[in-house]
Amino acid sequence: MKKMVYVLSVIPALGSLVIFNRVEPYILGLPFVLFWSILWLFLTSIFLLILNALDPANKGGEE
Amino acid sequence: MNVALLIIAFFLILSIWLGLRARKGKEMSMEQWSVGGRGFGGLLVFFLLAGEMFTTYTFMGASGSTYSAGMPTAIYAFNAFYFVLAYWLLPPIWKYAKENNVISQSDFYEKKYKSPAFGVLVAVISVISIIPYLIMQLKGLGIIVSEASYGMISPNVAICIAVLSITIYVTASGVHSSAWTAVIKDIIILSVMIFMGIYFPLHYYGGFEPMFQAIDAAKPGFLLFPEQGLSISWFISATIMTALAFYMFPHMLTGVFTSKSAKALRWNAAIMPIYQVIIVFSLLVGFSAVLQIPNLKDTDLALFTLAKMSFDPWFVGVIGAAGALAALVPSSLVLTSTATILSKNVYKVWKPTTTDQQLARISRMLVPVISLVTLYFTFNGGKSILNLYLMSYGFMAQMFPALFFSLWKKNPATVQGAATGLIVSIIIIAYLIISGATIGSLFPSLPQVIKDLDVGLFVVIINFVITLGVSAVTRKPVVTAVKNSDVSTDRPSA
Repeated sequence: MKKMVYVLSVIPALGSLVIFNRVEPYILGLPFVLFWSILWLFLTSIFLLILNALDPANKGGEE
Repeated sequence: MNVALLIIAFFLILSIWLGLRARKGKEMSMEQWSVGGRGFGGLLVFFLLAGEMFTTYTFMGASGSTYSAGMPTAIYAFNAFYFVLAYWLLPPIWKYAKENNVISQSDFYEKKYKSPAFGVLVAVISVISIIPYLIMQLKGLGIIVSEASYGMISPNVAICIAVLSITIYVTASGVHSSAWTAVIKDIIILSVMIFMGIYFPLHYYGGFEPMFQAIDAAKPGFLLFPEQGLSISWFISATIMTALAFYMFPHMLTGVFTSKSAKALRWNAAIMPIYQVIIVFSLLVGFSAVLQIPNLKDTDLALFTLAKMSFDPWFVGVIGAAGALAALVPSSLVLTSTATILSKNVYKVWKPTTTDQQLARISRMLVPVISLVTLYFTFNGGKSILNLYLMSYGFMAQMFPALFFSLWKKNPATVQGAATGLIVSIIIIAYLIISGATIGSLFPSLPQVIKDLDVGLFVVIINFVITLGVSAVTRKPVVTAVKNSDVSTDRPSA
């Protein structure tokens, strides 16, 4: 069950490859297609940081 | 002497000084010189690996291709996907490297496959791929400095000065020099890019949304992925292909090997996506240029043309300095890793009795030689260099299958399989690039979604199949395969 945390890396891998090909609506002044992809930069970091904090591989001393 | 030039000169001298100073208090052994004695902490590794991310491409390529091709290339310029891969890939590579004293990318293959000959093959392909990359960085630097100095320094003079500076500090400090220049480079790029990315849209259009609306009205479709060509299926396949190639480059792995721990690499992979936001600002500059300076002939000059139109010379100088540093850092890493590969994985295979001390000296002596060869091709390479550059990502992506299999608990690939897969796919890539073929032109009857797929990724799949196929045929009975001694350098190469 410990390995379940690794799902956290699958979500951004898929999310960052998805394209929402539309200009409207503008969010923060950006066309939606651009906003969506930028959003995934942040989401990916958040997912990976959580994974990094929970990752059993980080627990074993120096490694 | 104008003020822009003074500012560029100041940063150049600063980076030479930092580069030379970086070796202070260290015995420059081979391991120190090549991979910083594997002692770099999280932050230094971060700047080193980010150094590869923000190159002259960030300045000219990203803004230029946004200016000319719109949204598809803009979104392709940044991606979080690479780092998910990095999170998984880099720690096991690092771990094996540490346990087996691996100091270069080719070393890794040589030791994993217990074959110096395979190491030489990987080394040769890598050097062929990486030198054109270095040349493109230098050409970028030449344009940046000549633009920022208002033409007072010609591109060729700028390139010569830059190469001389890098050669001096790389010879002296190796990878240590790259790390310290990487830190100031990122600080200055960060400030310059964020400022311009916000300033231009506000100044010329009154905000982001008005800017994009104006572009959308003037050029319908410019802000979207088209049905064919640079379509969504192109984006997905090209992103995956680039991600596979990304960390196979020798200078990338050099950055990885400098890390003190695997933990630092995971943290790095996690934080890097947010850091990519800097590239977004470069794209905003590109978008700003679309309506302000239409019909630009050399689209790579979009950023500089707009900057010179808008700012005082001193700030153009700061941009130029940032751009020059963006070229210097990856170039210095490329030089270090190329010299390491040529000495450790080619020369030492040829002369196995070379001691570590001699090896360190040879690597450092190779730096000026590589610099001179690179300079020669920079000025005389012409179209063949451009072709090689276009091939470089395709070539490096072909390194992925052999590396991927070698990380399995039981490697399903034999050295014969890996070598055959690599050689065949390299030949296919070279043929495709030279003939300009795409999947669409080879198989015109396929659906558009498949036609737009990146051809490099297609060849990676062929590579996987060949590697496994040949491995199945050449696999020796389990016992003999293991006992081929672990020190790979004790027999001469085939």
